[in-house]
Amino acid sequence: MLASQIGYYSLILGLFFSILLSGYSVKDFKIKSKVINQNLLSLSFLQLFFVIISFISLILSFINSDFSNETVFNNSHTTKPLFYKISGTWGNHEGSLLLWLLVLTLFIFIFLIKSKEQPKKYRILTLLFQQIIIIGFFLFVLMTSNPFNYLFPTPKEGLGLNPILQDPALAIHPPILYLGYVGTSIIFSASLAAVTQNYVSREWAYHIKKWILVSWIFLTIGIMLGSIWAYYELGWGGFWFWDPVENVSLMPWLTLTALLHSIIVLEKRATLKSWVIILSITSFTLSMCGTFLVRSGILNSVHTFANDPSRGVFILIFLFILIILSLVIFFFYFKDNNKDLNNFFLLSKETSILINNWFMMYFLSVVLIGTVYPIFLDVIASEKISVGPPFYHKLIIPFLIPFFIFMSLGPGLKWIKSKIDNKNSLIITFIISIILSLFIIKNLTTEILYYTVLVSVAFFLFFTTLKELFTKKFNNSSQIIAHFGFSLLILSILFNSILSSEIITNMKIGKKYTYNNSEIFFKKIEEKSKSNFNSIIAHFEIKNENGKIFELKPEIRIYNQPVIITSEADIKTTLLEDKFLVMNLVKGNEYFNVRYQEKPFMIWIWISVLLISLGGLMSFFKKQYEK
Amino acid sequence: MYGKKVKLRFIFIASILASVILTVFLILQSLKDNVVYFQSPSEIKSLVEISKKKIRVGGMVKKQSIAIRSDEVNFIITDFKNEINVIYSGAVPNLFAEGKGVVAEGFLKDKNYFSATKILAKHDENYKPPEVKEALGDK
Repeated sequence: MLASQIGYYSLILGLFFSILLSGYSVKDFKIKSKVINQNLLSLSFLQLFFVIISFISLILSFINSDFSNETVFNNSHTTKPLFYKISGTWGNHEGSLLLWLLVLTLFIFIFLIKSKEQPKKYRILTLLFQQIIIIGFFLFVLMTSNPFNYLFPTPKEGLGLNPILQDPALAIHPPILYLGYVGTSIIFSASLAAVTQNYVSREWAYHIKKWILVSWIFLTIGIMLGSIWAYYELGWGGFWFWDPVENVSLMPWLTLTALLHSIIVLEKRATLKSWVIILSITSFTLSMCGTFLVRSGILNSVHTFANDPSRGVFILIFLFILIILSLVIFFFYFKDNNKDLNNFFLLSKETSILINNWFMMYFLSVVLIGTVYPIFLDVIASEKISVGPPFYHKLIIPFLIPFFIFMSLGPGLKWIKSKIDNKNSLIITFIISIILSLFIIKNLTTEILYYTVLVSVAFFLFFTTLKELFTKKFNNSSQIIAHFGFSLLILSILFNSILSSEIITNMKIGKKYTYNNSEIFFKKIEEKSKSNFNSIIAHFEIKNENGKIFELKPEIRIYNQPVIITSEADIKTTLLEDKFLVMNLVKGNEYFNVRYQEKPFMIWIWISVLLISLGGLMSFFKKQYEK
Repeated sequence: MYGKKVKLRFIFIASILASVILTVFLILQSLKDNVVYFQSPSEIKSLVEISKKKIRVGGMVKKQSIAIRSDEVNFIITDFKNEINVIYSGAVPNLFAEGKGVVAEGFLKDKNYFSATKILAKHDENYKPPEVKEALGDK
């Protein structure tokens, strides 16, 4: 009760300070001095402070199960463990928007502190553009999704959090993902400010690259966490379903990856200016669209939760204003005062990065069309369709082949004008890759040609980056590690999809299921009760071809509030293989639906994503002492 | 006549245009082959010919229609006007239950039998496929 009041009024105070801050920065913009007014920093801090207070009060309301607060009532329950009471704060629409706001204000505050050596007018303009976004979000939260709505009479018990969201990976997934999403807002504001000030330069690129890295790292890890969650919680044993909600997080990742590469060209060679600006605007727009699509309920997805169309309209209008604003600024202010584009040679690092960008844009358009087309068709012709994995696989996988070859050769090139060094060793590596993959693939699958080509190019990238990792001095290790991680990721995914095996059957307790020399034995079930759910734990004994016996204990949880049944897969992870068993309850039946999967190299998928992020992290820290 | 720069720029723009057109064409082409249409039991009843393409059928699982054997699950999807028998062998999601919404993906055998390859789960226990909501009207 009290906490809600404090939270609500802090939000209003936060909005008040945002408006004050905008006014002050306009005033300070006109004053001719080299440094920005210290008041701006204080105001930015106050704005952040009140949003933090508001966020903490919401967390407190959740911890205390204060059901006079509508958000808490809708999403919490007294029997829920403390950890999920806290994570429930951002597991719902209202709370997650408050989190957006928190990260927005936090990032602009950090930006102000960390950009002291940048020109004053540029800093103030970035602050101003960021305030437009922040005020928009304040209004959005206060008008359409106030997390502090008061309920009277106070209900005795809450409705509970969807049990499928009560999971450690999903508890930290939204904050991490949002750090990535919101990071793009700083890139957006900063690039608009840089365009108006005609400051799109090598210094600017050097300074904004860190923000790009921050968003990119968080987005990468955020996507991975969501993927891990889907792997063990949704019970399909897959980690990527090309579901619309997954796609909307992949799209800003693709543009950020493109931006991350082209900003290096801007930093070293002072070209590709307009392209960098376009990518910055696109990344932020896609992040906003992601929030909009997930929250508006337009997407027909396995991840869709209850939602409200009026919110969608608000975000959509807000988004349009921002896009129009950025386009106007881009067209009227953008000046390319650097005309030395002529020395752009075909065989150079610039070209190879440009090629990377082309591929990213192609992947982006595939994902974008696959995601948006069903919505479009629904609105235009009210036909219901869905676009499944075959569409994406068919359009993306063949293009990975040239992509990998360029990715193997590109980083070895030099700036401006280059030639391919040590051709012989590259050719030898390539031949070894082909022979090796032919040797491996031959016995595994019937589609030999298709997979051999794919695995060969992946191996080629793997070996070239591996070689660089050991031979090159440590001057560019961040890039090499990220690329090495990427080749490892693709190899793991390929072998995982070729070698995975699956058994689905319906079983009664005490029965055995045998298939090619292996055996699944459904020993028994035991029942346990926890504070907010009852669980049925099954004991399965699995004997594989080599006669090795091991036990897996999948679980079915019957949550009491709301009454939802979830399956918890039991996964035995080793470096070589994941053994995955999940069972489902079919109501009013003695049969259990059992799904057993052997998934090789699963863990390497996560490890390689971590390696990719590590590459980003190293690049983030590297530049600081080099300066 | 024109400088080298103009020529270069022209080639550049032309190649961009060509690749954009190619991309869009490629994407739309494979979209056509890989789109899965959504149909209700009533729409299936009114079909003139049975297509061999993969479709999705959505509706409610009819009460007391689920029959399970060790290798198969059979049930009936209804939109309260028409119904269709579904034959399925594979994993069943937890929220799959009689009287609840369901979306099945697979192939039509004829107007009365549907052979499903996948049953889709929804996170929300009160979920009804949007088409079912439409079909049920205000109910």
